[in-house]
Amino acid sequence: MINYIVKRIGIAIPTLLVLIAVSFYLMHAAPGGPFTSERPLPPQVLANIEAKYGLDQPIWRQMFSYLWGVLTEFDFGPSYKYHDRSVNEIIAQGFPITLKYGFWSFIVAVGVGIPLGAIAAIRKNTWIDYLAVGVSIGAQVLPNFVMAPLLIIVFTLWLDWLPGGGWNGGSWQYLIMPVIALSTSYMASIARITRSSMLEVLNTNYIRTAKSKGLPTKIIFFRHVLKPSLLPVISYLGPAFVGLITGSVIIDMYFSTGGMGYFFVNSAFNRDYSVMMGITIVVGGLTILFSLIADLLYAWVDPKIRY
Amino acid sequence: MSFLEVNNLKVEFDTADGVVSAVNNVSFSLDEGKILAIVGESGSGKSQTVFAMNGLLDHNGRASGSVKFEGKEILNLPSRELNLIRAQKIAMIFQDPMTSLNPYVRVSEQMAEVLVHHQGVSKSDAIQQSINMLDAVKIPDAKNRIRMYPHEFSGGMRQRVMIAMSLLCHPKLLIADEPTTALDVTVQAQIMQLLADIQKEFGMSIILITHDLGVVAGNSDEMLVMYGGEVMEIGKTEHLYSNATHPYTQGLMSAVPRLDDSADRLVTIPGNPPNMMLTPVGCPFSPRCKFANTTCSSQTPILTKVNNDHYRACHVAIEDTL
Repeated sequence: MINYIVKRIGIAIPTLLVLIAVSFYLMHAAPGGPFTSERPLPPQVLANIEAKYGLDQPIWRQMFSYLWGVLTEFDFGPSYKYHDRSVNEIIAQGFPITLKYGFWSFIVAVGVGIPLGAIAAIRKNTWIDYLAVGVSIGAQVLPNFVMAPLLIIVFTLWLDWLPGGGWNGGSWQYLIMPVIALSTSYMASIARITRSSMLEVLNTNYIRTAKSKGLPTKIIFFRHVLKPSLLPVISYLGPAFVGLITGSVIIDMYFSTGGMGYFFVNSAFNRDYSVMMGITIVVGGLTILFSLIADLLYAWVDPKIRY
Repeated sequence: MSFLEVNNLKVEFDTADGVVSAVNNVSFSLDEGKILAIVGESGSGKSQTVFAMNGLLDHNGRASGSVKFEGKEILNLPSRELNLIRAQKIAMIFQDPMTSLNPYVRVSEQMAEVLVHHQGVSKSDAIQQSINMLDAVKIPDAKNRIRMYPHEFSGGMRQRVMIAMSLLCHPKLLIADEPTTALDVTVQAQIMQLLADIQKEFGMSIILITHDLGVVAGNSDEMLVMYGGEVMEIGKTEHLYSNATHPYTQGLMSAVPRLDDSADRLVTIPGNPPNMMLTPVGCPFSPRCKFANTTCSSQTPILTKVNNDHYRACHVAIEDTL
């Protein structure tokens, strides 16, 4: 187990380096740069600025000096657009916000999705099943950029129950709508994965054995059905969790929450190289970390998998 | 009062293509301490017969008729009531030991839960009794192996675990649904020997479902031959073996390969098993039967007495089939 974890982390480092190198080159390969604007700067001024940020160097040297800063001082460099702020500051500001609504979205998606899928499976082909499947398909086909304005129209404009945007330190009134908008499609996927895998488990020979042993339904469900049914859900949750906690530009735009998604997309538009790279590294690292956690969780649940 | 009495048992399944009738008017009885073998090819309804008895039909299945166990009607009881009988009085072992044990739960848990639930003993007592039972079915090093998961056992060992698990509450009837089909030949013999030993030791009745006539011969008191969901012939095993008069039973018997026979080709029964979607008219075996006449394809034969040890359902006169 320990060996396996060490090996996975050993693989993670080159993976991350390749990710950095590829994104770095792609980013620079795109035409334009952080200081290109509609009104061109005088060539001498542009050259001075580019020299200040090291953009006049060959790309490989830029990348190595960048990597050096990241590795030795954990410094993602200054933002090219927000002149008085470093990338570290931007991430430190945006990430906790994203983490907070992302985490709650995860809790809601899992907390609603798994029971919904389970009830649908147990009550297969009854109105409860049809309702649950209907709800989850509806939730999945409704994209969050439609969901978000609908929520604002209903809960802010019509009912005037919730603030239409802002963050306010993440108090619950400000959390509700972003969490609903972000979690629904994940919730729907989880419900459908749970339902189909549980239906499969309910049909297995070992559940028939459990019935033949005269065990009450409750024990059969919690001891024999639940665990195997959740295996496919667990493999989905690793990437889903990263998706949720690394932010959504849609959420940040509609609800003015100010999370990482907002900075990420803006940095791409602005060619704010250092912010783009910083967020890419954070998201990439988290993705690797959580797929490792999901794999370990999988082994914990499934005794046939041992590392 | 018979120990077990099954009367006119019918099992039907609702499918997208219509109603499939899997078991038709099956009747038999079993005395305490006896072994009944139910024989027939795949799809003959032998497994569904016993699943219906124990309330284990799939959701789209329906059973009707009567199953009396120790004088009490148990067919179609709600599972709450069946749970008082299951494992404690009627226990089951299944065809495929690879998939019949839960791969995600330790053997100790799967065994102990039976005792904890039915007899209210403590977990540690239940595990101790389970270890004793694993010893009884000759699993080496049971004390340590009980903590393992099913995939850490070989196929034969898993079937031993299943048998041990079914015996925990000392049931009066053990239903073994093709217990050796998924195992290789040498292991089959060991498992059958184990079942025979256990039957002697615990004195319970066994319903043994199989399509292996070799297994039937040495291991049963009575045998029931099924085809197309119906009983073809039933009687004392010893008697039937030498006096099979039903063309289907004869076909089955002649299809058993013999060591002392040097024939190049194995003997088969020509034709295919019946399509259960079609409502049977006449004898289900008539399309494949070499003795079939016009009555056979229009009227369903009923089980009639040949002698005290032997009943058969066939329109063809016994003399003509010999």
